[in-house]
Amino acid sequence: MKWKTKDGGWSPYLAGGLVGLLAIVSVYATTQWMGKTNYLGASTTFVRAAGFLERMVAPERVEANEYFTKEKVRVDWQFMLVLGIFLGALIASVTDRSFKLESVPPIWKDRFGRSIGKRAAGAILGGIVAMVGARMADGCPSGHGLSGMMQLSVSAFVALGMFFSVGIFIAALVYGRRSS
Amino acid sequence: MSADQWLGLFTGVLFGFLLQKGRVLRFEKQVGAMLLKDMTILKFMLSAILVGMVGINILADAGVITLNHKAINLGAVLLGGALFGAGWAVMGFCPGTSLGALGEGRWHAGFAIVGMVAGAALYAELYPFFKSTAFAWKDFGKIGLPEALGVSPWVIIPFFWAGTTFLFFWFEKRGL
Repeated sequence: MKWKTKDGGWSPYLAGGLVGLLAIVSVYATTQWMGKTNYLGASTTFVRAAGFLERMVAPERVEANEYFTKEKVRVDWQFMLVLGIFLGALIASVTDRSFKLESVPPIWKDRFGRSIGKRAAGAILGGIVAMVGARMADGCPSGHGLSGMMQLSVSAFVALGMFFSVGIFIAALVYGRRSS
Repeated sequence: MSADQWLGLFTGVLFGFLLQKGRVLRFEKQVGAMLLKDMTILKFMLSAILVGMVGINILADAGVITLNHKAINLGAVLLGGALFGAGWAVMGFCPGTSLGALGEGRWHAGFAIVGMVAGAALYAELYPFFKSTAFAWKDFGKIGLPEALGVSPWVIIPFFWAGTTFLFFWFEKRGL
C-alpha cells in the first residue's frame, strides 16, 4: 500500500486511521477536561453562528426562538473545533503547497461552466437544504458519519445510509452519468 | 479563551490537518464519491470508523467515557438524512469540510457556508413545525446497535472490520 497519493497527499487509509486515533484521544480528553464526553461534530456550530448573526439584527427574535434556546448560542468546544478545521487545513495546504485559490470546482465546471454566479446559487441553495436536513437528522457526516458510527449508534447507520443513497441519486441527476 | 475552547481549537487544527492531508475536503472528492468514481472519502471515513470504534468501545466498557447516541427518531432521521444527501450533492461539501476547503483556498466553499448558516436560521424558524410533524412519528430513542440486536459490541465490531476490509480490497481492485 502506498502512503502517498499521486497528488502529494497522504493515503486516505492512513489519514483516516489517524482521525480515528484523534477521535479516541478527543473523547478521553473532553471527558477528563470538561467533565462530559464530547464527540466530533460540526453542524450545531452553524446554528450558533446563525444565532450570533441574527442577534445583531433581531436580538429579541433569537431570545424567543425555541431552537436557539435549546442549542444555546455560544462559542463552545465544537465552535472552536470547526474554526480549528479551517486553520488546520490552511497549515497543511500551505506547507505542502497544495493550497490553491479556486473559484469554480472541477466537475461543476464541466457541467455548468465557469460562471461564479451559477456556482454560488447552487452552493447556497444546496447549503440551505443540507443544513435543514442535518439539523433535522441531528447530525452530519462528522456527528453521525464518524462519531455515531464509532459508537455503533442505530441512528448513524440510518442517517449515513440516507446521506449517501440520496446523494448518489441526486448527483447522478445533477452531474449526469457521463464517463470521464 | 477558556480551557474548553482551547481544547476544541487544538483538536480542530489536528482534524483539519488530517482532512486536508487525506485530500477529502475537495468538492471533486465529495461529488466523485457520489458519482461512484472516486472512493477517497469513503476510504477515509471507514478507516477512521474502524480505528475509532475499537478505542471508543474499550473506553466505554472501562467506564472511562460515556456513549452518547443520537436518538433514532425515524421520521426526522429519514427525512433529514434525505434532505442532507440532496443538498450535499449540489453543494459538494459537508458542514465540517466546508471550513477546511476554505482553508485550502477553495474560496467558493464560502458560498456553501453562507447557505448553511442561512439553512440553520431557517431551521430554527421551522423547528416548532417539524417537532409536531417529522419528530412526532416514531422515536426509538438513543439506542446502539448492540442493544437493538441484543449482542455485545465485540460481536459486531469483527464483522464490521471484515466487511469493510473486503470493501477496501474491492475499491483497490477496481481502482476507485
